Amino acid sequence: MTRDRQWIVLSIFLVVLGTLICAYKMVRLGYPLLPDQTSEQWSIQARLEIEPTEGPIRASLLLPVRPSGFTISNENFVSRGFGLTIEEDLYRRQADWAIRTLGRSKTLYYRATVFADTRQRRISAAPDMPPIPVLEEPWASAMTDIVADVKAESADIESFAAEILDRLTRSPEDANIKLFLADGDAPPDHTRLAQTVLAAAQIPSLLIHGILLQKDVQRSEVKTLLAVWDGSDWFIFDPQTGHEGIPPQFMVWWRGDEELASINGARISDLQISVKRRVASTLDLAAQRTRLSDSLIGRISLLYLPVQTQSVYEVLLLVPFGIMVIVILRNFIGLSSFGTFAPVLIALAFRETELVKGIMLFILIVSLGLIFRFYLERLRLLLIPRLAAVVTIVVLLMTGISLLSHRLGIETGLSVSLFPMVIISMVIERMSIVWEERGGPTAIREGLGTLFMAALAYLVISVDILAYWVTVFPEINFVVLGVIVALGRYTGFRLTELKRFRAIAVQDKP
Amino acid sequence: MPGILKRMSAAGVLGLNRRNGDYILKWNQRRFFPLVDDKVLCKSRLQERGLAVPRLISIASYMRQASHLAELIGDLEEFVIKPAHGSGGDGILIIKDRKSDYFVNSDGALVLQADIEHHLTNVISGLYSLGGQPDVAMFESLVHFDPAFSNLTYLGVPDIRVIVYRGYPVMAMARLPTRRSHGKANLHQGAIGVGVDIGSGITVGGVSDNSAVSIHPDTGAEIAGFRVPHWSRIVSMSANCYEAVGLGYLGVDIVLDRDLGPLILELNARPGLNIQIANRKGLQTRLNAVDELTALRESPEQRVEWSCRTFGDAKL
Repeated sequence: MTRDRQWIVLSIFLVVLGTLICAYKMVRLGYPLLPDQTSEQWSIQARLEIEPTEGPIRASLLLPVRPSGFTISNENFVSRGFGLTIEEDLYRRQADWAIRTLGRSKTLYYRATVFADTRQRRISAAPDMPPIPVLEEPWASAMTDIVADVKAESADIESFAAEILDRLTRSPEDANIKLFLADGDAPPDHTRLAQTVLAAAQIPSLLIHGILLQKDVQRSEVKTLLAVWDGSDWFIFDPQTGHEGIPPQFMVWWRGDEELASINGARISDLQISVKRRVASTLDLAAQRTRLSDSLIGRISLLYLPVQTQSVYEVLLLVPFGIMVIVILRNFIGLSSFGTFAPVLIALAFRETELVKGIMLFILIVSLGLIFRFYLERLRLLLIPRLAAVVTIVVLLMTGISLLSHRLGIETGLSVSLFPMVIISMVIERMSIVWEERGGPTAIREGLGTLFMAALAYLVISVDILAYWVTVFPEINFVVLGVIVALGRYTGFRLTELKRFRAIAVQDKP
Repeated sequence: MPGILKRMSAAGVLGLNRRNGDYILKWNQRRFFPLVDDKVLCKSRLQERGLAVPRLISIASYMRQASHLAELIGDLEEFVIKPAHGSGGDGILIIKDRKSDYFVNSDGALVLQADIEHHLTNVISGLYSLGGQPDVAMFESLVHFDPAFSNLTYLGVPDIRVIVYRGYPVMAMARLPTRRSHGKANLHQGAIGVGVDIGSGITVGGVSDNSAVSIHPDTGAEIAGFRVPHWSRIVSMSANCYEAVGLGYLGVDIVLDRDLGPLILELNARPGLNIQIANRKGLQTRLNAVDELTALRESPEQRVEWSCRTFGDAKL
């Protein structure tokens, strides 16, 4: 790589890096591009009412764990007097409440907040082969027929499963199927039958139970889906309709053949799951989601800092934008100012005072300071004490203006104290030297140039969306750095040079 | 706007960004900068190579020296005070005469000893140095300019600026002090820039504040067509500076002394671009011509010969 071209690579790398991190935070962690966006979250609650029978009580409730497409946060349990333990593995989580004696009926609660995220997770681990169901005649041969029929009409495991469910729901007249469905007096359970057929065909399957997060429901119905393993992936079917895929807003609660709650030494008198929809700031949700995820990028977020600290960093992170404006004004337009980056610091002060008042204050302080500086020149003070004297005078001027404007009932005066006094003192010093060496008009012109650049930098950094972006996406400054690197290799003419060198070009015209 | 841009490129005008990015950053290694930025060091370097410079009288490096003027200048009646790290002519005080209790500066105004002392403290505390670093004040002998120039100058000393690129003198101009520039030869202080033909040393038109001038505003003399004396020596001294300080893009400032001939006043690692306006010529074309040369290892004499042949009579 030649040194001449390295800057292009660096610049592109920085821009891409910044954009990618921002995009990751937007897409994966859900940080909103614009402020004040809202999105929904759900409060879910499982309410378990138990009536003691005898002996020590042990109640278990399966809990949602890593549901695909959702994040669970703010979990809590209300179960006074009970000992609570939670067993957890990758795909199963269970809360166990235990108590030695219980006099009267008691209600146990599990509550959590759920919000959507984009991460898709595997439903469950790779399963074992199911045992071939042992059936008596005539069911055994009926099963063999069903499997043979369905196999003949399907291409792979996915279509096999679809075909079975289709037959179970659509054609219960089929003699073989009727034989199974007619069995017993319970209502026909398509799901169990489908599982049996799949087992007979040596296809692993799994029941998935969950709830729909759509609207406020006092007593949410648990919906059971059938997951079929094709050797590498799970395919989800709704056994009631035969449709493939997870229904929208379906949150997986637990997997397998277990019941949601089980109990010893007591009776479950009621078990209800309720869902309540809430609206929350998208930004808050993203921050919560980030906290729960283990992404490194999310963990180094400014949003975890206290609010006052955040606003300090907001100002810091805005500085590169102001500086980029200065780079453009100096190297592309060709303006000059007192002190390379003094305009940016003055622009930051304008944030406190607002533009017009800020400009007026700046002019007032600099003019008064210049008058004092000219007087000091006569005293022939050495450089450092003279600078110190100017700083002190600037501080006194600021205090004076603050007090005076407070007396007059103008509040802006107070924010004057945030003006960068050292920078202003340096501007006064430089300006007085230019005044003496090159005359008043040059000094005033450069002073106004400084003010003009400060005003432009202020206009850029006071764009509201920018303040939001640097707080939520501080990585945006990688992009700014990349742009500045690229600007740094601009070797074309400056706008002011078109006028300056015009004469050479025009007389050269044939 | 795009029209003027195109015409400027066609005329070979060099812009500041290009000068900085493609010439100064590329050809002027930072380690050589102190050789020109420190005028004391620069002077000794040039003397080592046998190049003529104004005589260094003394150096004031400490504040307390400011109040002992006699130790620094003895009873000299004329001298120049310069900040060793100054730039753009700032902080230069020219004393032309001395009376019993005051001095006279280049404007003819009287200067008290206390004024000089104050000026020295300003220089030493770094008021005029890049970045405000503490500096030293140099006392130099005053140059008595060649009377050949007397029609073309008002007070002060006119000087010749030569741009030397990779050892080749590429463009030159004379800077004529005016009443407005207070006798200083700096264009942004109001001096007149006059293009000088590299080959012959004959002046072309002048420019003041970016606009063309044909007569000197204070003396009324015609600016163009004047032959600068000692021209071949001026060009050859400039070319030799490349070997002295090793900077590839260099501005050499030369004055003509009545008795001593051409003296190198100072070198500049970031010479300005006004020389293009004074010459009505773009630098880019000439720099490209040097870059297109295949063999560069030539002696200063060979380089001067090539430059005069190539750039003389405004051929490029």
